[in-house]
Amino acid sequence: MEIDPFIFRLSIFILSIFIGYYVVWSVTPSLHTPLMSVTNAISSVIIVGAIIAALAGTSESIFNTSSIFGFIAIILAAINIFGGFLVTQRMLQMYKKKKDKKK
Amino acid sequence: MISANLAAIFYLVSGILFILALRGLSSPDTSRQGNYFGIAGMIIAILVTFLSIGNFSTSIVYVIIFLVIGGTIGAFIAFKIPMTAMPELVAGFHSLVGLAAVFVAIAAFLNPATFNLGNVGDIKLASLIEMSIGAAVGAITFSGSIIAFLKLRGIMSGAPITFSGQHILNLILGIGIFVLIFYLCKTQSANIFWTVIIISFLVGVLLIIPIGGADMPVVISMLNSYSGWAAAGIGFTLENTALIITGALVGSSGAILSYIMCKAMNRSFVSVILGGFGADNSTDKKEQKDQKPVKSGNAEDAAFLMKNASSVIIVPGYGMAVAQAQHALREMVDKLKKNDIKVTYAIHPVAGRMPGHMNVLLAEANVPYDEVFELEDINNDFANSDVAFVIGANDVTNPVAKTDPKSPIFGMPVLDVEKCKSVLFVKRSLSPGYAGIDNELFYKDNTLMLFADAKKMTEDIVKNLE
Repeated sequence: MEIDPFIFRLSIFILSIFIGYYVVWSVTPSLHTPLMSVTNAISSVIIVGAIIAALAGTSESIFNTSSIFGFIAIILAAINIFGGFLVTQRMLQMYKKKKDKKK
Repeated sequence: MISANLAAIFYLVSGILFILALRGLSSPDTSRQGNYFGIAGMIIAILVTFLSIGNFSTSIVYVIIFLVIGGTIGAFIAFKIPMTAMPELVAGFHSLVGLAAVFVAIAAFLNPATFNLGNVGDIKLASLIEMSIGAAVGAITFSGSIIAFLKLRGIMSGAPITFSGQHILNLILGIGIFVLIFYLCKTQSANIFWTVIIISFLVGVLLIIPIGGADMPVVISMLNSYSGWAAAGIGFTLENTALIITGALVGSSGAILSYIMCKAMNRSFVSVILGGFGADNSTDKKEQKDQKPVKSGNAEDAAFLMKNASSVIIVPGYGMAVAQAQHALREMVDKLKKNDIKVTYAIHPVAGRMPGHMNVLLAEANVPYDEVFELEDINNDFANSDVAFVIGANDVTNPVAKTDPKSPIFGMPVLDVEKCKSVLFVKRSLSPGYAGIDNELFYKDNTLMLFADAKKMTEDIVKNLE
């Protein structure tokens, strides 16, 4: 009997939870806020679904009900992607100065 | 146009880059590199999506326009937001992820053929279940985060909103969602799909309104987790590895943070969810208030004490952030260091409004991160230190948590501030903190209360240290 592809995806999912578990426990507590903002940014990879939906319109009707939801989702996800990564970068930049500040 | 198999491999690559992005956060030195991995993963995922569709009609122009609009808004927010407002920002971002998940699920439901899920009215059963779960969790994340955002912003009162039958109502609605999804699978009816989403919005609101301001760190972490599960649900629908991996990572990350926050407050996850904390503890605080004597001092006394100390531990709390005192505080510390006084910072896990919030605020004020210590790393040092300078923290220093089993915060890990030779406590008044209980520390012999605004007091101390 063939294995349903769903089982493969489920395996990836479960293994990723384990990876997440171990990786996140090793995150230093002082970086928990950047952790949240970066997880925010990466979860916006949901934008791939939005792009597929948005590009589904034909050249006669770029905007149909389904693609409009896609377009809005693109805006929402893009806000998150840019905002999330940039604000994380801004925070991490502040953790930089260490010894050069002892003037 | 690239083949589906190749695309899947690239999605796997971007999933791995996301794992490395989180891995980088294990130390501040590697964290920036990690962030670049994350950005690279995102760029790969987006490019591969374009290439695998290969439909470069006029639609793509609009996609890019919308991408740029969103990106500009996001970048603008990221540069403008003050660090004190990080909790609201993160809550706001969670709501966007949630809503995006809902919209993608709707798009997939309306036009399943595009996603290879079957046809309208005849969507594959597994896909239908996955997309409705994704949509439901996304909707809960959205409305819950909006409430969290409003509470953190102060637009809505942080006080818990409770009514009788609340939990039963939530339970019924929760079961209702599952029953509706079951019928949705049988009938493929669009109306049921919409109803699931609407009820989920409602559940999100009902879930967060009973949770009080003090529990916000848990709420934000929890919503972080939900946004991950929503993304994973959509990932299953779209059969997209990058989304599944990311969803699982974010979901477990949020769950771990919630656990850490709960433990730091000695609260069970269930009791946080059920809410109502911080609402009614008014009885015991009245009894003690008026009788006990309190020693209070001014900036001059504080400066004198600290000047003659050889080691000082700073205990910052959210009050410091509210008063924007972090920069003045660092100035004070610089002065102390010039006098060869050893200064360290002690941070309680729930000192801010979200996990790690206080660390970011100190980092913003140019405090080197190797002077900042977590609770378990520094708690033994209080006994050997001369002065503890408590600024804007309250409940996290309350010795009652160790001594009085009747106290609502009993068992919560606290900073052993009272073991210091002397304690300087900057506070506006003797009012209790979030937990609504009196702090015994105020009345100890070695405590000197400095009644003032945190920023003003710190600035005055700086002047007196000249």
